[in-house]
Order: sequence, then C-alpha cells, then structure tokens
Amino acid sequence: MTNNNEKTEYWRWLEYKKVMPNKDWKKAKIITAGVDVGSVGSKAVIMLDGEIYAWSVMRTGSNSSDSAKKALGWAMEDTGLTLEDFHYIVGTGYGRVNVPMANRAITEIACHAKGANYIWGPTVRTVLDVGGQDVKAIKIDENGKVVSFLMNDKCAAGTGRGMEVIADLLKIPIEDVGKESLRVNEEPEPVSSTCVVFAKTEAVGLLRKGWTKEKVIAAYVRAMAIRMSDLIEKVGCEKDFVITGGQSKNIGIVKRVENILGVKRLPVPNLKETGLDPVSAGAIGAALFAKALYEKSLKQ
Amino acid sequence: MKVITYYGYTDGSGEYYIVIDAEKCNSCGECISACPQEALQMEDMFIDLEDKPVAAVTEDHRKKIRYTCSPCKPEENSMPCIKSCKKNAISCIWKPL
Ligand code: SF4
Ligand code: SF4
Repeated sequence: MTNNNEKTEYWRWLEYKKVMPNKDWKKAKIITAGVDVGSVGSKAVIMLDGEIYAWSVMRTGSNSSDSAKKALGWAMEDTGLTLEDFHYIVGTGYGRVNVPMANRAITEIACHAKGANYIWGPTVRTVLDVGGQDVKAIKIDENGKVVSFLMNDKCAAGTGRGMEVIADLLKIPIEDVGKESLRVNEEPEPVSSTCVVFAKTEAVGLLRKGWTKEKVIAAYVRAMAIRMSDLIEKVGCEKDFVITGGQSKNIGIVKRVENILGVKRLPVPNLKETGLDPVSAGAIGAALFAKALYEKSLKQ
Repeated sequence: MKVITYYGYTDGSGEYYIVIDAEKCNSCGECISACPQEALQMEDMFIDLEDKPVAAVTEDHRKKIRYTCSPCKPEENSMPCIKSCKKNAISCIWKPL
C-alpha cells in the first residue's frame, strides 16, 4: 500500500451526541433516561417531563455495562446532571440486563413500539427495525402498544453487522453503502445467501467475475431488502409504515423495501432540531416508559 | 388486546414459526411441561406497564426451530404444545418448500 493515510476502517460509523440548548433540566419535574444497549450501537436519551433534552449514539464496546455507562455519560456531558438527579432510568436492548444504573429493564420490542409512536405520532402501524444483529417487524396500535411482532435473528447478513462486513470487504465507507448500492442502471440478481459468512464469500466470487463494486453491493443490499420485506409481509404491512434502527439511514435498503412493499415509509423528522432520531427509537421509548413507571410509583 | 409473537424464521428451505398469543395465555405452564424438546419457557412481557409471564420459545431454539419441532410433526397440527394449551394460545406456521 502506498498511501498510509488511506482509510482502512470502512465499517466505522460516526458517533454523535447533542444537548438541546434552550431547555433547563433544573426546571423539570421528572427527569428520566432510556439506555438502549444494542449489539452494535448504544443509545442514551435523557427526557425532561417526557420531552427529549439530550441524547447520544455510540458504538457498543466489548462490555455491555461499560457501554451503557459511557452512552449515558456522554449524553449527560456538559449538562451538570448527575446520576442522582434522575427519577427513573430504564435499560433496554440486547444488553439490557447489564445497564447498571437502570431501575429496571424492558424488552426492546415494547420500547421500539413506544419510540416509533412518539417520533411519528399515532398513525404508525408497522415498524421495521433493523438492528445490529436482528431484524424485527412490529405492528402497533395508536397508543404505541405492540399488537404483534416477528423477530429474525437467525442470520446477521441483513443487519448492521452484515453491512459493516460488506463495507469492509468492498472498501466502501459504511455511510455510503446505501447510496453506492443505488448506482446501478439495473438491479442485479440478489446474492442467494442470507448468512453473513456465505454472503461475503459470494460477494468475493462476484468481484472475481468482474462485477463492479456497485453491482456487488446492489446484489447484497437487494437480497437483504427482500428478506426484510418478507418479514413485514408476514405480519402484514399496514400504513403508516416506518423504519427504525441503524439501517434506517441506509437509503439503498429503504428504497428497495419501499419498492417491494409498494409503500413509502414516513419521512425521518428533523433530527437536529427535535432529537427524534429513528436510530434511538428504543432509547426514546425506554425514557418514556421510565416516566410512566415513575408516575405510577408515586400513585402507589 | 392481542399481542402475538412469531418465533422462528423464513429461510431458503421454507417458513417455520411457533405463534403465541400473550392475551390468551394465562401463564399456566402446561405447554412447557408438554414440550419434549424443552423449547419453551416463561418470559415476562411488558404490557400496560405490567410484566405478564407468557410462554415463549427459548432463544436457542428460535434459530433452529425447524429441527427442534419437526419430530412433533407440525404439518399435522397435533403438537404436544398446542394440544396441552387449554386457552388456544399457541398455533404454528409450517411451510417447508
Ligand atoms: S399452555 Fe397455553 S396458557 Fe398455558 S402457559 Fe402455555 S401458552 Fe400459556
Ligand atoms: S412443536 Fe414440539 S418441540 Fe416444538 S415447541 Fe411444540 S412441543 Fe415443543
């Protein structure tokens, strides 16, 4: 290799955080947090009286409880908040039992449903959540309660982890995978493997056959979009339809799922101004449940 | 209100799901003792701010349910879990290609 500065970690995605400038936690009656420790990303959301105040999205490390602490700590940074100021904290996600500061844990299905209802409002009926290691199709009612759900965690190929592997293989930065996958004139045959190990081998074979990178990534992303659509069709795709999780940002997945299902997803809200981040839907739901559970404990 | 969970998967070889309705399930545990593969367990589901114990397929078996359940002959719909449930809370989707 001639260029030492060449980017080598193509899978590495951007971490981010924000504190709402015009809100003051000292005036809040109820301060809650939701911490969603996923297999790939850890998300923390701090709410003041049920409204988003601060949030962070970062990579999950090898230790769930450290990741939980880091994510919440990062969201709290520069706010002056300490852990004692929180009235209630809910942990969720894959590593939810390892959120040390949480008052309790709630399954991510309930939290994603609640979060999607909060982000997009009561018209949402179908949620596709693409996480680091699994894909979930969740049907919800107007209150954000789960009506039915289907989770597929058998193969990681169509998930955040799978995308990281393929980004690395093709040397395409992870945030460009979706865009690059749309730069084909015609959709190629999807890769046939749904297992990440085999899909990678298949992709290597296609490159050897002389396929362009865009064509290979299109074949991969298309296969994953087909699988996700199958999952949604099993529970039935009722409008409004939304996509949450890390892959909600992958435009290649989004466009293809929309095409296959014949339904457009609701647009993503303005994150910077509102904090309504589809990647953080689980943490948002957890922070809302934290408020509800705290209020319930006051009544008892 | 219905809360229906599909445990299983669709892959190149077909569709395989055990389906459990949390609203109908009364947490009696009959299905768990009836299952010859120890594929079922109680899991808390968070419904209306309460935890309700509901029968669920264990995480391990979810990923290989086709092999776990096929000795029970799901095509004939007379599996021990379904037969043991007096609440009709369990059903299955079984479509090998
Ligand atoms: S037998 Fe039926 S009611 Fe009893 S625990 Fe199993 S699913 Fe629930
Ligand atoms: S079909 Fe058989 S193995 Fe599968 S859950 Fe039911 S009783 Fe257990």
